[in-house]
Amino acid sequence: MTLLQLRGLTVRYPEAGVTALDGLDLDLARGETLALVGESGSGKSQVALAILGLLPSPARVSGSVRFDGTELTALDRPALDRIRGARIGLVFQEPMTALDPLFTIGHQIALPLRAHQGMGRRQAAARARELLDLVGIRDAAARLSAYPHELSGGERQRVMIAMALAGEPDLLIADEPTTALDVTVQAQILALLADLKRRLGLALLFITHDLRLVRRIADRTAVLRAGRLVETGPTGALFRNPRAPETRDLLAAEPAGRKAPVAAEAPVVLEARGVSVGYPGRRRLLRAEPPRLAVCGIDLTLRAGQTIGVVGESGSGKSSLGRALIRLEPAAHGLVRFEDRDLTALDRAALRPLRRGFQPVFQDPMGSLSPRLTAGEIVAEGLRVHAPHLAAAERDARAAEAFAEVRLDPSWRHRFPHAFSGGQRQRIAIARAMILRPRLVVLDEPTSALDRTVQRDIVALLRDLQAAHGLAYLFISHDLAVVRALADTVLVLRAGREVERGPTDAVLARPREAYTRDLVAAADLDGGLAQA
Amino acid sequence: MSPSPSGLAFAEASLLARARRRLLGDGLARACAALLAVVALACLLGPFVTGHPYDRLYYDYPGVPPSLALYPKPEAVGPALDRLALRMRVRAEDVAVTGEAVRLTLASDRPIDDRVLTFFSRSDTFGEARLLGRSEDGRRLTVEAPLRALRFLAGTDALGRDLLTRTLTAGRLSLALGLMATAVALGIGVVYGALAGTLGGRVDAAMMRLVDILYSLPFVFFVIMLVVFFGRSVALIFVAVGAVEWLDMARIVRAEAQAIRRRDYVRAAEALGLSTGAILRRHVVPNLLGPVVAFAALMVPRVILLESFLSFLGLGVQEPATSWGVLIADGARSLETAPWMLIVPASFLVASLLALTLLGERLRDALDVRG
Amino acid sequence: MIPYVLRRLAQAVPTLFIVVTLSFFLVRLAPGGPFDLERPLPAAAMENLRRVYGLDQPLLVQYGRYLAALARGDLGPSFSVRDLSVAELFARGLPVSMTLGGLALLVSLVLGTLLGGLSALRRGSALDHAVTTLGTFALTVPGFVVAPLLQIAFGLTLHWLPVGGWDDGSPKNLVLPVVTLALPQVAVVARLFRAGLVEVFDRPHWRTLRALGLPPRTLALHGLRGAALPVVSYLGPAAAGLLTGSVVVETVFGLPGVGRYFVDGAINRDYTLVLGTVVLIAVFVLVLNLLSDLACALIDPRLRDFG
Repeated sequence: MTLLQLRGLTVRYPEAGVTALDGLDLDLARGETLALVGESGSGKSQVALAILGLLPSPARVSGSVRFDGTELTALDRPALDRIRGARIGLVFQEPMTALDPLFTIGHQIALPLRAHQGMGRRQAAARARELLDLVGIRDAAARLSAYPHELSGGERQRVMIAMALAGEPDLLIADEPTTALDVTVQAQILALLADLKRRLGLALLFITHDLRLVRRIADRTAVLRAGRLVETGPTGALFRNPRAPETRDLLAAEPAGRKAPVAAEAPVVLEARGVSVGYPGRRRLLRAEPPRLAVCGIDLTLRAGQTIGVVGESGSGKSSLGRALIRLEPAAHGLVRFEDRDLTALDRAALRPLRRGFQPVFQDPMGSLSPRLTAGEIVAEGLRVHAPHLAAAERDARAAEAFAEVRLDPSWRHRFPHAFSGGQRQRIAIARAMILRPRLVVLDEPTSALDRTVQRDIVALLRDLQAAHGLAYLFISHDLAVVRALADTVLVLRAGREVERGPTDAVLARPREAYTRDLVAAADLDGGLAQA
Repeated sequence: MSPSPSGLAFAEASLLARARRRLLGDGLARACAALLAVVALACLLGPFVTGHPYDRLYYDYPGVPPSLALYPKPEAVGPALDRLALRMRVRAEDVAVTGEAVRLTLASDRPIDDRVLTFFSRSDTFGEARLLGRSEDGRRLTVEAPLRALRFLAGTDALGRDLLTRTLTAGRLSLALGLMATAVALGIGVVYGALAGTLGGRVDAAMMRLVDILYSLPFVFFVIMLVVFFGRSVALIFVAVGAVEWLDMARIVRAEAQAIRRRDYVRAAEALGLSTGAILRRHVVPNLLGPVVAFAALMVPRVILLESFLSFLGLGVQEPATSWGVLIADGARSLETAPWMLIVPASFLVASLLALTLLGERLRDALDVRG
Repeated sequence: MIPYVLRRLAQAVPTLFIVVTLSFFLVRLAPGGPFDLERPLPAAAMENLRRVYGLDQPLLVQYGRYLAALARGDLGPSFSVRDLSVAELFARGLPVSMTLGGLALLVSLVLGTLLGGLSALRRGSALDHAVTTLGTFALTVPGFVVAPLLQIAFGLTLHWLPVGGWDDGSPKNLVLPVVTLALPQVAVVARLFRAGLVEVFDRPHWRTLRALGLPPRTLALHGLRGAALPVVSYLGPAAAGLLTGSVVVETVFGLPGVGRYFVDGAINRDYTLVLGTVVLIAVFVLVLNLLSDLACALIDPRLRDFG
């Protein structure tokens, strides 16, 4: 029995000349889970907003949204409000900002209860507590009086789910509910959603960019690209036998392949002993807090052509470690040797000529490019320091070569960063490092801000560059799938300390530590492509 | 991703070029810029064109309302001649007024000295008189004197000074003060803020604590005290205004410098081996430019306002020098008799302030990286 | 929270100390004195006066005495208005200034939130543009231009309202001064409140609330509280703005308030009156800043880390 029926749903932004959704047809039965998959810009988030009439005002909606026999697009605001929150619950991606920071959790969960179920203050508070219990928040009674900023990301997402469930809806729409969370938390939230759906008999519209999540949770899957539905079908069949090329593209976007092993006698590029990073504690009125160690006593040996993958959740100190190894972290201690030089003994000035040997690439491809310089100037900047004899024309020629090397059109080097897409910007950042012919590149989550298909291309590029130049990589990521495709060795960090280390396949296949097991289980590495 | 031709032009435009294009495409911004140019040019060149020195007192024309009319008016010639004759101790007879001159005979009981004719040119009504004939006994002189043709487009003040000339002259001072005091505040603020933001740590904390303390002072009152107790010179107004305005600048520059230093592109530059100086020059300063320029543009009208505020209270510019604030204060005192004395300088001030503010706001929006 | 308030007050002491010290020496280093009249007094009378007011002592002794008196809350005698202490002068002037400032603040808060709220709800409409444009006008046209224009319009032409004077604070006499004072503040409050509301509307949590199908009353509560923050944190600067404005308004409309005392006192070299006014104003601004910070913390739990 169909609960939600979309027919020819179209969302246009006439002012911007954009068609975000183009004639979408979808059906969702009671108690069914439908996954809507697409990359950024595919229009998938517009679907959730269009169903509930929450699109921003310049949007023009046409087509039909029937929910349980009612045409939602024809309803006025009060009638729509009787469905929003009551019959349809919505969970958004941003757990950091999706709750009003000025009100307590208890107040916010009570809102739909009082609006839709006519509960009084006290009754709503009691029910809010039950709901927090239901979504697995410990010590629910005390948590009611907490404010959103006092909760962790996972807890906030649970509160969001509790709010969406408060009106006892028939349909729950979850728009990227786990994207901003650490993998282990992600797994818990997914399990919670699946469990709630079963217990409450909910229909679930699950919107995501991540195919691996879909496989675990969805009965049926619909693939969206550029505002159009390209394929829909039972999840298992769609994975086994994708018909549309776009679906195949998405499936293949899982980074595949393994790193070729490194010769044991390859020269050592980087050697680190007992590297720690400590920030001084905040000074209070009378007492000083003890210093906080972001990284604690890490040893590393990295050979030419080798990749060490550093894995951990947010706050594990993996980025601090990366910065410490190339002396970008002022609060670092410990011994770092690069090739035959002891970096720890050098001051900033003495370090400068050596820096061409080790280069970083950062996560945020927008923030790492100065908006005031052209892409070509950005790429060529290192040459000003390390090849000062080059004339401007020669520098420009080198920049053009570097562009070609990262597979960007060299004629684009006169553009400014804002004119590039995320993946292209990341290529510029890689070109900036590569133009100096470094022996070591520290890659700090270089693929995390990118779509899967773009990720795949960047992974391929990094692999080719490594093979061509015998580069050593320190690859920092929370994404085990990418790490598996790139790294020889995995180093698992938690709260700045080493949890486990070993050959990539061994660690991922047979993790020894419980924490690593959680990570691997949450990443669900072989749930996706490997079986297909 | 294949950019369209216009997209390509956009892609290859620098931030400043884009800002310029956005400003030029904005009708209001263009209008404001044009208005400012007109006001500035008028203030600069106007006083040479109006035909009146700004401090010339026309005793015959105190408190004349604004008009296109020529002075003297025909009916005013007779009385003016009588007054003049009285001062020359002669009688004016056979007065004949033509369009541009007056012909008359001066009569007296004693021979008349030619030099009395200088009274004509010293008056506000007549030009230099020509002697046409003299009677045998020298007691009657036939004289022709051209009528002056004076226009007071914006009227005159209570002392008979041409208001337009005074307003334009005052504008020179107000605008110049606005620009220069902004430059001073900008210089101090940028250096201070950049130092604090770059040095960081304890130095930064101490420097900013000082700014916070100064900030919590009722600064306008300090400025008033400064000006009252140490005399009212233009230089002091300068110091006073600069002292108030650099605080904001310092705060903004420091905050921006710190934010920029935390950006990944600065980290990347450090990793490339750029020296601290080069990082400042190539990355921090250019990225600081937008907010600083925008803020400075908005500071100019504030400074002009502060100066005219002080002048209005009688604490600013001193006679015979004048600024818009002084003129407005004068005008406020003669509201009932000569409202134009308020309205003319006030409209110049308000027009300039509005144009500067609107232009500054547009500039700020145009320079906004996020936009 | 009480320790926080105490600490903030303790932090205010050095600031006040700097204010007093700076003002004291600034005033004293200036040429001229309170008894320099157009016709100089006989030397003996001058000596006498200086002794009575303690001006014959070394400067540092005077400074010490002033600080000691100030610590007891004694602002000293006025030099220019004989037989009255500075405190007594304030007792006369403060009610005038407080009435003006308080009314202006009230008007700007009520009118500003109203206009700002309306233009945020109708973003991009003619009303929104009108409010923005008028706001720019109100902010740029200085008070010393607005005040005489109002006098011309409502006093001299229409004869609706008196051109000046206090008249024991009769409502008619209050209208023009309060309007002059409030005008720019209305514009600022409207701008801040509009920006605050627009920001709330653009935040993800607003979408969450709308997705819950809540009644307009509940939404209004959340919107108001979110947008109140910038307005409340503006209270400190607003106080400073009103103080500056009151100097002009009290001068133009001939009102016997503290702002005019200050200007007159400065011109007459009335040391104690000037210092007293500066202290009063500094205390006032510090207290309002503290109140505004506390109110912000009340609104936003994230600001409640008083550590």
